Amino acid sequence: MKRRDFLKSSVGAGMAAGAALSLGGYEKLWTSTSSAAKYDMVAVMGGNPDAMFDLGIQELGGMGTFVQKGQKVLIKPNIGWDVIPDLAANTNPLLVKRIIEHCFKAGAKEVYVFDHTIDNWVNCYRNSGIEKAAKSVGAKVVPGNSESYYHQIEIPGGIKLQSAKVHQLLLETDVFINVPILKDHNSTRMTCCLKNTMGLVWDRGYWHSNNLNQCIADYALYEKKPALNVIDCYNVMVKHGPQGVSKEDIVLMKSQILTTDWVAGDAAAAKMLGVAIEKIEYIPIAHKMGLGNMNLDSLNIKRIKM
Amino acid sequence: MRSPLLRRTRIVFSTLIFICFFLVFVDFKNLIPAEYINILLFLQFIPSVIKFYNLETLAAAGFLVVLVLTLLSGRTYCSFLCPLGIGQDLFSRIGGHFKRKFRRYGFKRPFTVLRYSLLAITLIVTLIWGIYMITLLDPYSIFGRFMTYFARPAVIVINNFLAGILGKFDIYTLSNVPVKRFSLIVYFVPAAFFILVGVLSFTKGRLYCNMICPVGTLLGLLSKVSLLRIKFDEKACTRCGRCSLGCKSSCIDFLKYDVDVTRCVDCFNCINTCQDKALSFGIVKLKKKVHETDESKRKIIAGSFLLLFGLSRVSNGQQKTAPIPKKDSTVKENKTHPVCPPGGVAIEDFNKDCTACSLCISACPNGVLHPAFTQYGIAGMMQPVMDYHKSFCTYNCTICTEICPTNALHPLVLEAKKLTQLGKAIFIKDNCIVKTEKTACGACSESCPTKAVHMIPYEGNLLIPEVTDDICIGCGHCEYACPTIPYKAIFVNGNAVHVAAKKPVNVESDIKTPVEFPF
Repeated sequence: MKRRDFLKSSVGAGMAAGAALSLGGYEKLWTSTSSAAKYDMVAVMGGNPDAMFDLGIQELGGMGTFVQKGQKVLIKPNIGWDVIPDLAANTNPLLVKRIIEHCFKAGAKEVYVFDHTIDNWVNCYRNSGIEKAAKSVGAKVVPGNSESYYHQIEIPGGIKLQSAKVHQLLLETDVFINVPILKDHNSTRMTCCLKNTMGLVWDRGYWHSNNLNQCIADYALYEKKPALNVIDCYNVMVKHGPQGVSKEDIVLMKSQILTTDWVAGDAAAAKMLGVAIEKIEYIPIAHKMGLGNMNLDSLNIKRIKM
Repeated sequence: MRSPLLRRTRIVFSTLIFICFFLVFVDFKNLIPAEYINILLFLQFIPSVIKFYNLETLAAAGFLVVLVLTLLSGRTYCSFLCPLGIGQDLFSRIGGHFKRKFRRYGFKRPFTVLRYSLLAITLIVTLIWGIYMITLLDPYSIFGRFMTYFARPAVIVINNFLAGILGKFDIYTLSNVPVKRFSLIVYFVPAAFFILVGVLSFTKGRLYCNMICPVGTLLGLLSKVSLLRIKFDEKACTRCGRCSLGCKSSCIDFLKYDVDVTRCVDCFNCINTCQDKALSFGIVKLKKKVHETDESKRKIIAGSFLLLFGLSRVSNGQQKTAPIPKKDSTVKENKTHPVCPPGGVAIEDFNKDCTACSLCISACPNGVLHPAFTQYGIAGMMQPVMDYHKSFCTYNCTICTEICPTNALHPLVLEAKKLTQLGKAIFIKDNCIVKTEKTACGACSESCPTKAVHMIPYEGNLLIPEVTDDICIGCGHCEYACPTIPYKAIFVNGNAVHVAAKKPVNVESDIKTPVEFPF
C-alpha cells in the first residue's frame, strides 16, 4: 500500500468510525440499529441464493454500508456437518461465495471463513462445497479444529455464560457477518442466527450442560456482534435437524433474510419454519435481555419477490 | 556378480520402501489413497500369511512371492522389504558414526537355541492358542507401532509448531492437528521393543533379526537351500577379515571362507568392502560345513521404566477440555462388550486375526481407534478398539476397513458401512442433563446420523432423548457429544457380532414451498 492510500483509507475509516461513535457510542459500530441501513430487515423470495443476495444487499444500501475499505471481514457460515450441499445442513456455498465477492467489491482487505465443525472438519469443509467456493473468490478458509485457535473472552452480564473461548478470527477482524442456514433443531427447535454462534466458540459442551437456551442468549451479549446477518432459507431442513437424514427432511423455500438485528432474524426464521417463537426459548430470552427485537410488527421490513 | 551396484541398489530401494512406510503411517491428512497403501502392504510377510489364510485368494499371496524370493536369493526380504529391518540398518549406520574408523562386528556364533525356540514357540502358540506371539514379534507390526506411537506424534508436533508460526503470518495451509493421546500403559510394549531393537541395532547390527525375529529365522531356514548367495573366491582372498568386521549380521567366517546363509540378509556390504574382489553374489555349490562353537557374549538389555514413560509423553497435543456440568452424573455405563471397528464383524474372529500393527489407528481421520488395554482381554492388547469418550466414527468413512493388511477388518463399501451396527446406543435417563438440570440439551440426538437417537416430549417445553436401536449403527457420536461427566448419559454397548442395521425410514414433510412470507 502506498503511503498516500494508507492515509486516505485511515482518514476514511477514522471518519466513519467517528461518525458512528458520535451517533451513540462504540456499541453502535457493531449493534443492530445501524443508522446507515434503510430497513431493519430485507426478505427476498423466489431466486437463487446468489441472486437473492444481490437484490437484498442492494436494498440495504450495498455491502459498503457494512464493510469499509481496507477492513478485514469474517464470514461465519454453518459448516458443521459432513454432508453435500443438497442436504442443506450447511449454508449454501453459492451464497457464501457471493457475499465474499461483495465484501471484496466494497474494498475489504481480507475475507475469512471458518466454522468450529461438529463432524470431522476436513470432510465438512470439503463436502459442504464451502471451502472450494470461498477459495475460488479469494477468501481465506481457516481451520477451527484446535483449541489453540481460541482465546478467552469475558461476557459481562451473562447469566449462565460469563466467559468463553472464541476463535482468534473473531477478535482480529473488523467486520463479522453471520451467515446461518435455517434448520429445525432437535432440542432448541430451531437453529439460525443466535445458535450459529456456537460455531465461534471452543467449548460447546458447556452450553449444552448449563442451560443451552440461556447460554445461546448470553453469548449474544458479547461486544463483537454481527454487522449483518444473512439467513439462508433456500433449502430448509424442517425435521431431523440440525443434521438431517435424507432429502425428505428438506423443503425448497427459495428465500433469504438479511437483517442487522439477529433476534428479529430468528423471529422471522421461526415463522418460515412454522414454529411458535415462544417455543424457541432463546428468542424471548434474548429479546428480554434487550439484544434485539422479536416483535416483527414494529420493524421496518422490506419484502421482495423475484 | 561383484558389482558395487548391488549394494547401491539395495540402499536406494530400501530407502524408498522405508520412506513409503514412514509416509503411510504419518500421513495425518490422509492424502495417500488406500490402493497405494495396499500395494505397499502386499509383500509384508506375516500380514499376507494371515490375509491369505482368511481369504484364500491370490490377491493376498504376497508371502508366496517372499518365499520364492527367499529360495532364489536368501533373506533379501530382510534388507529390501522389511521396514523394521531397514530401520535397523539406519540405526546401525548412525551407531557406526559414533565409533572411530569403522565398526567391528566380526564373526559371532548364532544364537541357535534361542532363535529356533522363539520360532517354535511362536508357531505352537499361534496354532494352539492364538495370535499373541505374532502380535508381539511380527516385524511389520512392531514397526507399525513405532510409527503410530512415536514417529507420528512427533511429526504432528512439528506440523503444529510450523502451523502456529505460519498462522501468525495469516497463512493457513498447515493446520493444527490434535495429537492422539492413548493411555500410558499401551506405550509400554512398543517402548520396550523400541529400546530392545534400537539398542541391538545401534551396537550389534542385525542381531535382533538373527536372534529374535521369527520371520528372519524362518526365512533363514529356507535360505539354506537358496540358489544365490555370497561366495568366496578362495584363491583371491587374502584373509584380511574386512568383510567379517563390516558384516552387520556377524555371519562371515572368513577363516573358513564361509557365510552363514541363515543369517545373511543380502546387504552386499561385504562385496564392496572386499579389496581383493574375492566376494561375489552367485550360485554356490553346497559343501559340508563343520560347525565349531565360538564363545560369544550376551548382553542383558536393561530398559529404564522412567525412560519409557518419558517417551510416551512426546507431545502436549490439543485435546478437548472436558465440559463442566453442575452435577456429576451418577449411573455407571455398563458395557458388556467393547466396540470393535467396522469390518471386524465378530470380536472373537477379529481378535484372532489382528497383529496390532496399528495402521488403522494411524489412518483413522477422526482418532476414534485406540489401542485396547484390557477391553478385549489380555489376548487383544494393543488391538484397535473404538473409544467413544475420545472421538466418534465418521459416518462417511471406511478407511480402516480398506487398509487392514491382515483382513482382520474386512473391506466395507460406504453404503454397507453406513448400515453396519457396531453396537447399540443405550440411554441412561438418570444421567441426562434434561432430567438432572431440567434444561434443554440434545447434544446426542443432534449428532446422530440416522436419528436412532431422537427427542421426545418431556416436562413442559423440554425434549428428552430416546433410542430406536434397530436403526442405530453404534458410531458413538451421541456418546462423544454427551456433556455429562464422569459417566455419559448415553453410551454404545458393542455387539459381539456386528449386524445389519435397518435403514432409517423417512417421509416427506407436510410443509410446502411457501408462496408468501409468513411474516
